[in-house]
Amino acid sequence: MNAQKTDQPDILPNLDLETPERPYLDSNELIINMGPQHPATHGVLRVILRLDGEKVLGTECVIGYLHRGVEKIAENRTYTMFNPYVDRMDYVAAVSNGLGYCQAVEKLLNVEAPPRANYIRVILTELNRIASHQLWLGTHALDIGAMTPLFYTFRDREEILKIFEKYCGARLTTHAFRIGGCLYETYAGFEKEVKNFLTFVAPNIDKYEELLTTNRIWLERTKNVGVISAADAIALGVTGPVLRASGVKWDIRKAQPYANYSEFDFEIPTGQNGDTYDRYLVRMAEMRQSLRIIEQAVNGMPEGPIMAKVPKVIKPAVGEIYHSIEAPKGELGYFIVSDGSTQPYRVRVRPPSFLNLQALDIMVRGLLVADVVAVIGTLDIVLGEVDR
Amino acid sequence: MTEEPKSPVSPPAADAAATAPPKPAAPAKPAGPVPVPWSSPMVEKYKRQYGSGLEAQSYLGQNYLTVDRSLIPDILRLLRDDDQFDYCVDITAAHYPKREKQFDVIWILYSFANNERMRVKAQIADGETLPSSVPIWVTANWLEREVYDMFGIKFDGHPDLKRILLPDGWKGHPLRKDYGILQQDQEWVQINLGIESGQ
Repeated sequence: MNAQKTDQPDILPNLDLETPERPYLDSNELIINMGPQHPATHGVLRVILRLDGEKVLGTECVIGYLHRGVEKIAENRTYTMFNPYVDRMDYVAAVSNGLGYCQAVEKLLNVEAPPRANYIRVILTELNRIASHQLWLGTHALDIGAMTPLFYTFRDREEILKIFEKYCGARLTTHAFRIGGCLYETYAGFEKEVKNFLTFVAPNIDKYEELLTTNRIWLERTKNVGVISAADAIALGVTGPVLRASGVKWDIRKAQPYANYSEFDFEIPTGQNGDTYDRYLVRMAEMRQSLRIIEQAVNGMPEGPIMAKVPKVIKPAVGEIYHSIEAPKGELGYFIVSDGSTQPYRVRVRPPSFLNLQALDIMVRGLLVADVVAVIGTLDIVLGEVDR
Repeated sequence: MTEEPKSPVSPPAADAAATAPPKPAAPAKPAGPVPVPWSSPMVEKYKRQYGSGLEAQSYLGQNYLTVDRSLIPDILRLLRDDDQFDYCVDITAAHYPKREKQFDVIWILYSFANNERMRVKAQIADGETLPSSVPIWVTANWLEREVYDMFGIKFDGHPDLKRILLPDGWKGHPLRKDYGILQQDQEWVQINLGIESGQ
């Protein structure tokens, strides 16, 4: 079915949507499988590569190995029971997933979390953003051959996980928030520990940069690799740091603020070239901005309740809602349809990784096989979220 | 259960005239907020052009157009070209087996220029197809594949419409309401282990 090929949008004149399907290969061409069991695919991603020697002519992603039917599970659980499941999608940023889901249901119920709950939410979510970016940096650098950053980032990420563990008992799949606010009050010494973390990690982020930003090998591996223009990124629905590195200054925390992000002073880092190096710089800058947000939040924490008045049995009125947040990977949206019962009629998750991964094909065409690894790393996908 | 009428959480983007949901008329039934008509210059323009084929509403401050199937993809194209909804956030569907037109297909759109979100909704019957919106937003490629995979809705003119999350040999479309969650499991156990499923 290749009708309407001439009907391409004007902004994408050269984007070839077809995977090359020819009956035979040139003598130089070969097709190889990368994954699903491959350490550099960050999970179980299978990429079918069509190569001319080392040059990539086209790719096809085969996904779904980690599909657990999260959206179907939701239809068979109550609103409250489904809450822990969302942590299992993007498991390196479970707090963000929980925030998006809780806020979507709150919107549907027409309640708002109390101010103190919002402060706790922002602090934990931003800590999680840093943890997610640290994990990305460590593994991405490891993929391209720089082993050292992994040890630094994992050492520092551990401190964040310790805070999570002390707060809610879990390190990874935290289930930190509840519909209507937070279940747990902060533990004694929470603010001090968060402040200690800020002073501890700020110079360490400089250290990561010292290792990489002007490193010649790093520059060779990332500059002008996997370039995506702003127009292509928008047309492909790419969001998050990948979009911002292409020069689009768009962050949902600023564009359509949720929780209490409008109270904080921070900037949206952007890049110009849309290459792997710019995406690296954008994420590094984002970690520093997150530190700024956490610092303001932890200093301005109000007293008060942490849970809004929410009925014991959550039964939203008939209707539907879409709510999205800026997760570490991009726009994470929840579209929830309520039929007035205790179980959601339909929950749709708009996963950022899924749509960012779709851009892999145009980003790697014409590059070398080794660059495919760099581009998969720079997209910062989590297969638990791609496959759901 | 009584719900306290609180001020709605309204996204700042919506330029809808009315965002506050009206109080329910009958005090006996404290139902939630109800959809209110949505009017804006853009909506008026489409109403003039397409007349009865479209309905504009707003629920909890979120705007959506319910359009006739025949207006797809023209209206989507106009939304992108004339009203700058250049980012297709999501395409999804919902299944209502008791309705004559069983499926709602939903496009969630965003405009960078106006910082505005909206949804377009169309109802189709089982077996009916929709024109693909891949020529309008390239991102629709995987999204439509997922809708096909999960609901069995076909999109005409899609460059490569096949399953995306489930394996090629999968039977049925799991997000349909009549798809039992134990059905697949029982069948697998019977075929592969030769016993009745214990579930």
